[in-house]
This record gives sequence, C-alpha cells and structure tokens, in this order.
Amino acid sequence: MKQKKHVLTFYFPLTVLVAFIVLPYVWTLVTSLKTTNELYSTQVTFLPRMPSLENYRVLLQETDFLYSVGRSFLVGVTTSFLAMAVAVLAGYAISRYRFAGRSVILHGVLLLYMFPSVLFLTPLYKVFNALHLIGSNLALVIAYCTFTIPFGIWLLTSYIDEIPRELDEAAMIDGASVFQVVTKVLFPLLCPGLVATGTYIFINSWNEYLYAVMFTTSQNRTMPVMLASLVGQYDIRWDLISAGAVLALLPTVILFMLVQKQLISGLASGSVKG
Amino acid sequence: MTDAPQQTHKKKKIDWTPYILLTPAFLLVGCIIIYPILNAIYTSFFYYNMTDYKNIHFVGLQNYIDVWSDAAFLESLGNTVKWVVITVSFQFVLGLGLALLLNQPFHGRGLIRSVCFIPWVTPSVVIALIWSWIYNGNFGILNILLRWLGILSRNVAWLSDASVVLYAEIATMVWQGLPFFTIMILASIQTVPYDLYEAADVEGAGRWKKFQCITWPHILPTVVTTILLRIIWVFNNVDVLYLMSGGGPGYSSMTLSLNAYIKAQKSLNFGYGATIAVYGTIVILIFMSIYLKAANKLKGTES
Repeated sequence: MKQKKHVLTFYFPLTVLVAFIVLPYVWTLVTSLKTTNELYSTQVTFLPRMPSLENYRVLLQETDFLYSVGRSFLVGVTTSFLAMAVAVLAGYAISRYRFAGRSVILHGVLLLYMFPSVLFLTPLYKVFNALHLIGSNLALVIAYCTFTIPFGIWLLTSYIDEIPRELDEAAMIDGASVFQVVTKVLFPLLCPGLVATGTYIFINSWNEYLYAVMFTTSQNRTMPVMLASLVGQYDIRWDLISAGAVLALLPTVILFMLVQKQLISGLASGSVKG
Repeated sequence: MTDAPQQTHKKKKIDWTPYILLTPAFLLVGCIIIYPILNAIYTSFFYYNMTDYKNIHFVGLQNYIDVWSDAAFLESLGNTVKWVVITVSFQFVLGLGLALLLNQPFHGRGLIRSVCFIPWVTPSVVIALIWSWIYNGNFGILNILLRWLGILSRNVAWLSDASVVLYAEIATMVWQGLPFFTIMILASIQTVPYDLYEAADVEGAGRWKKFQCITWPHILPTVVTTILLRIIWVFNNVDVLYLMSGGGPGYSSMTLSLNAYIKAQKSLNFGYGATIAVYGTIVILIFMSIYLKAANKLKGTES
C-alpha cells in the first residue's frame, strides 16, 4: 500500500473505470442544455454551441412533470414510514429475542426478497382492481412494501445488532417496559440507522417503474412513468428526457450523499451475517 | 439474551413479546407477499385473460405445457442465463477492481468514491433512457466515438440489431451494478486489520500474495452475499430491458422476467403470465442452490 502508484496499474484503470461511470451522466447533462436543432443536426457537437435552459422550462411548464414528482415524493415518504414502522418492530424482535421460529424468519426474510416482482404483479392487480384502488397512492405504497419490508427488516436487524444488548437489559432491570426500552434507549442510538434505511427505501420507491406503470392511470402517474411516456410511439423527446433525467437524479443523489456512510456500514455488516 | 434468562423463560411459559412485535410484519407480509405468491400459483392453472373476462376457466397444467411450444419462452431461457451470468460476472470483476483502486490513498478520493456510487441509486427509467440515447443509431454518442476512433466504419443500430442488442443491454446493466460491488467490497476491505499487511511486508510478500492470502479470504463472505443479491436483482430486472428494447427485435433480448411482465401487463393474459413467473421462480431457485453449494465449497476450502 505504501508503494508508489504506477500509471499502468493505477491511474490508467482508474481513469477508464471512472470515465465509464461518469461519461453517460456528462452526456445527458450536455444533451439537456442543447437546443432541439443542435440535438438532431448531422454535425454532432460535444459541447452545446449555445447552452440553453429551454428544455427545462418546457418540461416544468408545459408537461405534468412537477405534478408527477410530487406524487412520487408522497408515495416514497409514506412507504418509508410504513415499512420502517413494521420493520423496526420485527428487527427488534429478531435481534433481541431468541424464540421458536427465529432462524426460519431470519432466513425467510431473504427468501421473500428473492421472489420475482413479476410474480406479485397480477395478484396485486386483481386485489387493487377489486378494491377500486387502481390509480390511488395507497396501491403503490402497498406494492412497494413487498420489497421494502423484507429489505428493511434485514437492514434494521443488522443496525440493532450493533447496539450493545447490555443497554436495554440495564433499562429492563430498572423496570422499563419493552415500549420504553425501544423509544427511550434504542431509538436515539438507532436514529442514524433509521435515517439511512428510510432514505434507502425512499430512493427505491422514487425510482420504481414496474408497479407504477401497472397501478397508475394517465392522470396520476409517478415521475418514472411520466419520464418513460416521453418515449412516444412516433416521436421520442430526447430534449425533454435528458432534462427530466437530470432533475430526477438530483434528489436521489443528494439524499444518497447524505446517508452514504451510514447506509454502507449497515449493508456491509448485514452482508457478513446474512 | 444469554442462555440463563432463556431457560427461566422456558420453565415459566413462553414469552410472547417477540411474536407480538412481529405481528404487523407477519400480517403485512402474509397479505402482500405470501397471498400474492399463492394466488399467482393458483392463477397459473387457469385460462385467465382480462380481455376475455367472461371466459376464465380452470385448465390444469395446460399453461405449463403450452410454454414449451412458445418461441418467446424458449428463446428467453437462453437469454436469461446469458443475461444473468455475463452481467453479474462483469459487475463483480470490475467492481472488485474499482474497490481495490479506490482503497489506495490519492487526492480527491472521497469525491471520486461518492461519484462512482451514483449509478446504483439512479432510477432505472433514467438508466434505460440515457443509455438508449447513447446507443441511438443516428445521433448516439457511442457510434460517433467509435467512428472517430476508427473502430467502426458506419453506424450500428445497437438496440435494433438482434445480434448485439442483448450485449448492449448487458453493458448498461454492468454499469448500473458495478458500484454496488465496489461499495460492499470496499466496506469489507476497510475492516481488514492493518497489521496483517505489515506482517506480510516483513515477510516480503508481494501485492498478489497479500491479496490472495489476506484480502480475499477476508472479503469472501461479503462477496458471496453481494453476488447472491445481484443475481436476484439482475434476474428480476424488467424495466431496463423493457424500456430499451422491449425484448426485441424478435425475441433477441427477451428474458423470463420480461416475458412474464409483457404477458401480464401488455397482453393482460394473467394465467399465462403467472405460469411464466412461476417457471422464473423455479429457475432462480435452481440458480441459487447451485450458487450457494459452490460458494459453501469455496468458503470451506478457504478456511
């Protein structure tokens, strides 16, 4: 590790890999700043000749992009809170108690995560259809719980495992109830983990497309569905798509940057035990 | 809890607290995961088409037999294996390489690290769309770059040429999943006790030897789990494939999951779609058990 870094074994591969990862984003940003004429001209330019925010203006003012963003946001936040409320209780039970069926549950969580989402699609559609929930936020929240709850349990169990057991045992001896232990002792220590899990769940819901296509109607689609709809049958609006892609990325990137460290440590410690 | 309190619990009576805490999870998981799984299996034994709602009837194993004369299904089997094996292999190799590079100290490492993780949290719709634009046959940057470098003499329609479309999409998926390997492996490498490397230095071990004897055994458990998660994610992926090529041209980029999705979502043929999804579940279960057997063997020989 202390050796000198060589161009061929260090800088060259690093540059290639980083370029591979970064260039698609750069190209999207460049595209979003071009005018439509420049976009489809035979002479392709690597930098926009006259950078303009026109594409962003059209997207925000003349389409329902902002409305769909609001919807995605609402669904994401609701899913986060619901899934975490359920997952934190389950995670606490799995982490702190030894009971019959515990290992079955622990492994079952990962097994549930394995089922293809397409398997849930038709049964959920039938149920939502019967309950007249198609097009509602609730339908999406429920659908997103199918993958966020198992993952949330898995992640939160690993965060709770990190908190020394002696702390809640001491509180129990002092006569605290389970509820008090969870809210007064565990919660403050678990906060960073909860924030990381919640953010991760939010990002996943925010990004989801498959269920959203099936369970929304054209009046109340979410952001990913709206963006995908810019690929029309005859005409693909690359100008608006690239602007939309940049805007769609902003919140996820910012949120991810904020919780990165916490999230990664949770994933890493979970993966060793799982 | 240690063994002692557990025994007193046993003597008295069962402590119901964990079960009470697990009740909401059980209820929700039962309603939105277990029930749909059972319902999908049940539906797969029916002729169940939403466009022909009055005619739903039990057909036994007919759907399960029909798939074997369905060209889309047959072609999707081979594509699925290619899609999962090639994608996950490249994600792993490149992700490991990047993790090793990012583990070395250099200026701006923190920033480069964060930036490299972004594809992992990028919406799949955005991934599909920005790569479709890169692959565009007329205005795509990839053709321009390759022509400029003299590698291509004329434009390739990456997403509408049956011989390259699946590989183009595999490249996109590698891009999307490589950061996850890097994240996990990097986190694991950082927990290797540093004195092990110092000891190896004293003994004059080379870089490769250090990787082989110290780093690799240490990160192996993480690698095993990460590959497992990735296999599941790549296998289940529908949106990237669906938005980039819709399984076409022909069935050249059709996978099992995508096929099940298209049958259910586009054709509203729920019975048949459920059948393909059940086959898909069987395939992933087989995949998993082979993989876990191999991984356990590998772990066994390492320790």
